[in-house]
Amino acid sequence: MKIIVCIKQVPAKDAPLTIAGNWIKESDIGFEMNEPDSFALEEALRLKEKHGGEVIALSMGPERVKQTIKEALAKGADRGIHIVDDNFFQLDPLGASKALSAAVKNENADLILTGLQSDDQGFGQTGVLMAAELDRPHATIIMAIEVDGAKLKLKRELEAGWFQHIECPLPAVLSIQSGINKVRYATLKGIMAAKKKEIATVTRESLGVASEPTQRVEKIYVPTKTKKTEFLTGTPKEMAAKLVEKLKFEARVI
Amino acid sequence: MKILVVTEHRQGKWNNASFETLAAAQQIAAVTSGAVSAAVLGRGVGAFADELAGKAVNEVLSGEHDLLADYTVDGYCVALKQVIEAAKPDLVLFPHTYQVRDFAPKLAAMLGKGMIGDCIGYRNEGGKLVFVRQMFQGKTVADVSFLGAGPWFASFQAGAFRADLVQAHASGKAPVKNVSVELKAEQIRTKPLDLFKEAKSAVDLTQAPLIVAIGRGIKAPENIPQAEAVAKAMGAEIAASRPICDEGWLPMERQIGSSGQTVAPKLYLALGISGAIQHVVGMKGARTIVAINKDQNAPIFEIADYGVVGDIFEIMPALTEELQKTKGA
Repeated sequence: MKIIVCIKQVPAKDAPLTIAGNWIKESDIGFEMNEPDSFALEEALRLKEKHGGEVIALSMGPERVKQTIKEALAKGADRGIHIVDDNFFQLDPLGASKALSAAVKNENADLILTGLQSDDQGFGQTGVLMAAELDRPHATIIMAIEVDGAKLKLKRELEAGWFQHIECPLPAVLSIQSGINKVRYATLKGIMAAKKKEIATVTRESLGVASEPTQRVEKIYVPTKTKKTEFLTGTPKEMAAKLVEKLKFEARVI
Repeated sequence: MKILVVTEHRQGKWNNASFETLAAAQQIAAVTSGAVSAAVLGRGVGAFADELAGKAVNEVLSGEHDLLADYTVDGYCVALKQVIEAAKPDLVLFPHTYQVRDFAPKLAAMLGKGMIGDCIGYRNEGGKLVFVRQMFQGKTVADVSFLGAGPWFASFQAGAFRADLVQAHASGKAPVKNVSVELKAEQIRTKPLDLFKEAKSAVDLTQAPLIVAIGRGIKAPENIPQAEAVAKAMGAEIAASRPICDEGWLPMERQIGSSGQTVAPKLYLALGISGAIQHVVGMKGARTIVAINKDQNAPIFEIADYGVVGDIFEIMPALTEELQKTKGA
């Protein structure tokens, strides 16, 4: 089974964000693998271990993105594809998906996996749009994958505790729900082995994907508070005492 | 502006977020001197269409087909494309449900259009419609506008608008128009099978008046008893954000958020929860929200009535002690 995993690099979870126009200042912060995508990578590695084949890590962005591809290779992906684009963050979901699709079209993979959404822009559309672009069936928010010959039996999560099984023919595109598996760490052996693995580099321009943007982020800003929060201060003991008093006599909820 | 709202139902019941989006559409129509229509798809959906016709809409578009009895991506995309081509809206609005995430971006792409998903609001800036959505896990918001000609596609996050503000039809009922949908079995590539729930919920958090919820800040399962002590001293139920349940530290039935339960207790005490969108949609209806978090910029403070910036491991034991004192008194 040939599996492509789309992996995005995003600002580290605890990175202090400074807004700059319609994006953030990237210079002073660390970046990491988008957590939802790490579940997709893990699922790809498990499918390969069970059914054989190849796992390809696909990522788009500036040079720093190579680090995240290397992390995927260290965890067990066989090779990487890096679409170099310094202005990736300005792409709309459709533009990004068209570029990703164009880069893997000739791979004829059996399966393309994405995470649920990215922790930065959070569009949550990439997998669905790649399926549309490549004309393949897809399913999202997947909690289990069973391969049955030329088709998949999937467990989809619905809302409010409901699930549904569906059948989906291969080749397909799946968006993986976070928490589907326990993500592995890279071993030292894996890190060493990754050094010999190939990362193919293409520029987004060279893919020849023309896509008029359908939307534009005008500006980003820190949300204005809808509620007036009363902050309690003091030692932990003082804060605890104040809180209990507020809840009892002001909010009257305990 | 001509607005089409795509509604959602499953197993004979509405997804109530449909009406939140209908309310949003009515409000947008009011500021853009527009008109709203509502669409419903399925098999035997006459009662749903009739109920929509009682709302303040210009018309209801009903797309019936045997192959739409169960939701499939392909079935919905093929059918809704025809509904949109017949109705010619400028703007198509959806509730941002799991089902909409599954098909709506593809539907937009089939028409060569883009979608602004998971919006929390809109603004009309001198005739230009701007959609507001969260980014960076709710730490920032973005104003996003459409480029190019419509139809434009957007979805609204659950809870962003109030369903009870949907206006009823002023004079009886709007007309229901049946859109003939052409759909063949071979166009549908996936096959929906059984719908099911896992492990019967032993606890119904929706009925709990007091909830103490933990997030990533709890760090390790061995720390959970400290939070349980707070809950016990308060007489509250314990709950959690998704990562805690994914790790198996608390059972899935105690998960609050878009993929878990939606609650509106008297008191919601969030311990070490940053307040990612997916969690907040499940609890923002609480009457009083208390957030304790070490990061003063955590989005959870946006919606908190009382905030404590500090180390939960110092505050939990102190809080338990204070609560025990008051209960004893």
